[in-house]
Amino acid sequence: MLSDSYHPLIETPGDKASVFSSGDDLKEVAKRLRRDIITMIGKAGSGHPGGSLSAVEIITTLYFRIMRFKPADPDWKDRDRFILSKGHAAPVLYAVLTECGYFPRSELSTLRQLDSHLQGHADRTVTHGVEMSSGSLGQGLSFAVGCALAGRLNSQDYRVYALLSDGECDEGQTWEAAMSAANFKVDNLTAIVDKNRIQLSGFTKDIMDLDPMNRKWAAFGWRVFEVDGHSFEELFDAFGKARKVKGKPAVIIAHTVKGKGVSFMENNVDFHGKAPSAEQVEQALKELA
Amino acid sequence: MTEELAPREVYGRTLVELGRENPDIVVLDADLKPSTMTRYFEKEFPERFFEVGIAEQNMIGIASGLAASGKIPFASTFAVFAPGRCFDQIRVSVAQAKLNVKIVVTHAGVTVGEDGASHQALEDLALMCSLPGFTVIVPADGIETAQAIRAVAAHNGPCYVRLCRPRLPVIFDSVYRFQIGKAVEMRSGTNATVIACGVLVASALEAAEQLARDGVSCRVLNMPTLKPIDEAAIVKAAAETGAIVTAEEHQEAGGLGSIVSRITASRQPVPMEFVAIKDVFGQSGKPAELLERYGLTAKDIALAVRETIKRKA
Repeated sequence: MLSDSYHPLIETPGDKASVFSSGDDLKEVAKRLRRDIITMIGKAGSGHPGGSLSAVEIITTLYFRIMRFKPADPDWKDRDRFILSKGHAAPVLYAVLTECGYFPRSELSTLRQLDSHLQGHADRTVTHGVEMSSGSLGQGLSFAVGCALAGRLNSQDYRVYALLSDGECDEGQTWEAAMSAANFKVDNLTAIVDKNRIQLSGFTKDIMDLDPMNRKWAAFGWRVFEVDGHSFEELFDAFGKARKVKGKPAVIIAHTVKGKGVSFMENNVDFHGKAPSAEQVEQALKELA
Repeated sequence: MTEELAPREVYGRTLVELGRENPDIVVLDADLKPSTMTRYFEKEFPERFFEVGIAEQNMIGIASGLAASGKIPFASTFAVFAPGRCFDQIRVSVAQAKLNVKIVVTHAGVTVGEDGASHQALEDLALMCSLPGFTVIVPADGIETAQAIRAVAAHNGPCYVRLCRPRLPVIFDSVYRFQIGKAVEMRSGTNATVIACGVLVASALEAAEQLARDGVSCRVLNMPTLKPIDEAAIVKAAAETGAIVTAEEHQEAGGLGSIVSRITASRQPVPMEFVAIKDVFGQSGKPAELLERYGLTAKDIALAVRETIKRKA
């Protein structure tokens, strides 16, 4: 169960205190994020709804119960870092960042438009709160290892969270990074694999079988947790346990449903990278009301 | 006898000096530290040195994470492996992300010698100069290498420094001051200009000496910074000497010659010749043999200058 007494390590309680109060109903937050994702991708006319919807509970738990950060000071040196390695899921990150107050909600409607702060794939140079530019899969975990090593060199106590897709575990660089994180005994890093079982052109088991994923990460020297990626309780519990792992990195394999929350998108390969039509947006928002 | 220095040896020593001066300097290597000479830094600052194994993509990503967290990372390997093995990582995680990563590579060009074609980077400058915001530097000797390494450490932005394997004759004296983006006139001249970088600067000076004996007055410009290029020096050379030869240890396509001709074509068209690798891969051999085989000697430069002058209107 979520502990009501647990509060993220926000050092400035006055900063968006209402958003970060432990009393937030995470299910309501998640629903808002899903509505924002559908609305912004529908408006943009292109984008990746499936992998954004599958990551909603993971991101909600991190931003509302686990990480410490200051939306008014995105470059705060001691902030926990969230790295979206699966850069095509930028809409879920934009949704949570606007929910936390990094930028006004009205900006969501500019997604993918010329000169927008909200690029098609995450871009650290134009969006407050986006730690790293991504979109070319497999690069985020290496970056996260670098952030974690810098924190250790500086004796800072921030933690680094990297969200990977299961499909991007096809990339060799992911495993180079995994090997190095264990080799360097990085223990201020938690990776999360959004294991929604679908990549662009089909089910992962048909494109490139990734299983047994848990044993792969364990063999690379990581402490592995497996959770229902849509259960706040299980995610919260796993993040807490991951924080306590010493001398090695931790990975949370989050079993999720691609397109979660919208009936016609769930487990549907077509909605990896396709925007819903106006009618589909309407239907989805009804389901998410 | 001319003094010689190995630029990569100078690089290793300079890194140690920088490490003493600035605790934010960190160094990464991909199992080549005895060759890139980052081992000196490792020895003195083991906690700030990261051996990533034979994994260049990961090295670049870790360097970008360190840079985003306030460190000044120097990532080193051979020029064939960066950018060769990690161009997309450099593109997205460093250049597009605008992060302060220093990539210093050694063993560029055919002067690698006996290791042969797979190890002779002849395309790296084309790749690196195509990336927005990158500073690309090819030092011509040990003195310039030391100063270039210090300059990129002080510069806020992504940098690529290309070094060679062999020892090179020292052509600068200790009062020389390297500046990013500035060409250096090594020899004055009026009939033509040779614009060279790296290993071929010394050869260009030798060519100018040969030409002088025949009454041809040849200017020599050292162009250590390929990006941002010193446009003013190129336009001035074109206007004042009316003929330009470029000389580089790189493919003709996309390197110094391509960059210089882009400037002359748009601002001051003059006859040009290109001393460079002509769309072939290298092979095993001694560095001097390879430079001769692929037409990268003082004699080749002098010949190109004469040809260019013939074409002057």
